[in-house]
Amino acid sequence: MKGMTKYVLKRILLMLFTFFVIVTICFILIRMLPQELPQDVNLAAAIQARWEALGYDKPILVQYGIYLKNIVTEWDFGTSWKISLMKPATYVMGSRLLPTVLVNLYSLIFAIPLGIALGIYAAIRKNKWEDQIISVVIMLFVSVPSYVYAFIVQYLFYFKWHLVSQPTILSLADAGGTYFSWSMFVSMIPAVLALSFGEIAGLARFTRAELTETLTQDYMLLARTKGLTRSQATVRHALKNAMVPILPMIISSFIGILGGSMIIEQIFSIPGVGQLYILSINLLDYDVFMLDSIFYTFIGLLAGIVVDISYGFIDPRIRMGEK
Amino acid sequence: MNDNTSNVNNFNKFEDIQKEKFDFANKGEKLSDQKLDTKPISYFKDAFIRFSKNKASVAAAVIIALIVVYAFLVPLCTSSTKAALLDPYYSKKAPRIVALKEDLGIFDGGINIKYNERALIIELAKGVGAEFDSDDEDNIISLGESMDSYYQPVSSYEYYGVNAGNEDVYQSRTDAYLSQGFMYIQIEQSEYQNILDWQEETGLTILYPLIANNEYNPDTSNANYWYKMNSKLTPVSVDENDHVTKLSYSEDLVLQDNYMRNSEGQLVYYTYIGGGTTETAQYKVRILYYNYYIYNNGFEPEYLLGTDSSGYDLAYRMARGIQLSLLLAVSVSLINFVIGAVYGAIEGYYGGATDLILERVSDILGGIPFIVVATLFQMHLAAKVGGVVSLLFAFVLTGWLGTAYRVRTQFYRFKNEEYVMAARTLGARDRRIIWKHIFPNSLGTIITSSVLVIPGVIFSESMLSYLGIIKLGGSKITSLGTLLSDASSIWTTYPHLMVAPAVVISLLMICFNLFGNGLRDAFNPTLRGVEE
Repeated sequence: MKGMTKYVLKRILLMLFTFFVIVTICFILIRMLPQELPQDVNLAAAIQARWEALGYDKPILVQYGIYLKNIVTEWDFGTSWKISLMKPATYVMGSRLLPTVLVNLYSLIFAIPLGIALGIYAAIRKNKWEDQIISVVIMLFVSVPSYVYAFIVQYLFYFKWHLVSQPTILSLADAGGTYFSWSMFVSMIPAVLALSFGEIAGLARFTRAELTETLTQDYMLLARTKGLTRSQATVRHALKNAMVPILPMIISSFIGILGGSMIIEQIFSIPGVGQLYILSINLLDYDVFMLDSIFYTFIGLLAGIVVDISYGFIDPRIRMGEK
Repeated sequence: MNDNTSNVNNFNKFEDIQKEKFDFANKGEKLSDQKLDTKPISYFKDAFIRFSKNKASVAAAVIIALIVVYAFLVPLCTSSTKAALLDPYYSKKAPRIVALKEDLGIFDGGINIKYNERALIIELAKGVGAEFDSDDEDNIISLGESMDSYYQPVSSYEYYGVNAGNEDVYQSRTDAYLSQGFMYIQIEQSEYQNILDWQEETGLTILYPLIANNEYNPDTSNANYWYKMNSKLTPVSVDENDHVTKLSYSEDLVLQDNYMRNSEGQLVYYTYIGGGTTETAQYKVRILYYNYYIYNNGFEPEYLLGTDSSGYDLAYRMARGIQLSLLLAVSVSLINFVIGAVYGAIEGYYGGATDLILERVSDILGGIPFIVVATLFQMHLAAKVGGVVSLLFAFVLTGWLGTAYRVRTQFYRFKNEEYVMAARTLGARDRRIIWKHIFPNSLGTIITSSVLVIPGVIFSESMLSYLGIIKLGGSKITSLGTLLSDASSIWTTYPHLMVAPAVVISLLMICFNLFGNGLRDAFNPTLRGVEE
């Protein structure tokens, strides 16, 4: 276990280094973009004052120092000027985390059991017609872009079957002021489905591939020889081993729910972080854009490192990076 | 040492044999390997044979080829006038091909619309109005007869039911192009003369009499209300005693015209509304837009896939979009192939500190989310080098990482093989070993991964342009994502705007994935069924 701790520490340090370099690059590139003051004189003066405090007239590296100092001492990632005036960027971002997380969480809860079940079924019935149908469907859903079936779901649920009251999700006020109300949940269903298809197909494909490999291993033959039935052998030996690479994939999906899907959020008007990103680019709200970029970078790096480390925990035979 | 002594012993044993008894083993014979009876099969040929046995992949390759042919043939077949044509009225219209419409009833430019009685009569009356004959002005055909008219927008209709207001409702199939009907425009006198000449020459009619400005014309701006109607748009007939009767729908209904006539009782075709007195005089005229379109452009409105949301030919726009997607994807794939191969080869072959440093660099590049890279490139470079080039840079910046990783793995696998050691012993330099001995072994993997880059690029490009992060909506160039994003708010009314681009992009993605998987199985049969 000592080796493991050292490995985890090493990975975390490397990740922090990478993260720092990326944030630096992003900061420099974003600060180099031309910034404009608004027409409103009072507002312009306020922004000007804030910019001077942040050292906008100093060299970029000094500005970066101030930026880092503010983060460390006050958890201040800058201010939103366009999206919600004068609010801290962290507040703007924080208020948008919940819808993203909820929609993605619902979709994962729906997709993971279904994806794994389909994959297991296809692997057990390998090369039979059931497997072939599942494989073709998987191929279709993996390939077809998510927005295409987002439109199909939207069309069916709203225009054809009238199951939801509007094509996009309800606004917070219409849903009774909370994201946890039943009407909000119902209005999220099309978005959740549209997100799920890709997840289900990806997971089913992965599970099928892993399980077909373990099913042909020698220990399966041994298990059958010593008298286990086929289902016993599959559940106790093949599935357990196949889960080794599947579990990290699921864990990384759970981290990924923070990031969400920009395109689905755009189509279903979900007020989440993905939509915030688009908004911050269109309105040129640089501090929010910077924070969103940092956020996406961090999630990506975190997912990668968690996958690698969880491999080591789940299967002691694998210690990546150890020589 | 033992060998030496035994050799000597053997030599001694045969010492006494006479010289004459020796004979050359192969004197006079040519020494060569026996020629192979069968043709040798190279690695690539072998892979090709395996690939062609995979039906799904071959089908995918054929579909890709068809899409490529479409993308490059359609712009060649489309005349430059039509490609640049941006008609203000014929936007968002459905697919229409005249020949197919007449023979088969498909590609009729049609949309399904429900009309109440008044609206149905207004629609049918466009066909009646278009058949108006100025030489025989009292002979107005009935609604039923007008169904045979070429300009009749309603191609078929049937009784549907009763609506909430207890009115009869008819379900119709309406040609969206002809439904444009009549409109008022303002032209110069010289233009008016040109149109008259053109009418003479072709026998088609553009100019129709103006509509009287009286109590039977409730909306003077609408050029389609040419018959007498009351303020609720219900057709009426007026007898000599000014007695007004409401008319109701029947097939034999003959509408009473409400054309403007001058003091001598003749039809008025234009009114003078300003400008000079001679050629620059401005006339207000009433035109049949369908024929006016032909007059302007020289062809009938025919669009294989309809027109897009701004009025361009959708078939042409899509061909442009596919071209952009494919060219971008293929160039990204090629550039990635080169950079990734070189980078991965150096990493894998030298290993050690070189590998460690280069891995850090690719870690950092790989850690930046692609969407952030694309956005930053767009913001910094798009104004200087254009949207497409900056997008290409964004793809190239991080796209080669996957290829490099695969090449590196392959190099780690092969660099300690005996044949590499043999080559090194014989004095081959590093460069030769890398490119001649190790690289060809990993070529199959690299080609496969390069092909699988293509659907990824197509998807990312369409997603970025859909989200509006990159803007590719000029008159010359467009992207499938832009077309989809233009359609996204109106596609339930105009489904063709969404269906065609969505189908093509889905087909491209599916086919490139199948094609790539087929290549992987062909190059590396042991990997069959394994997902990367």
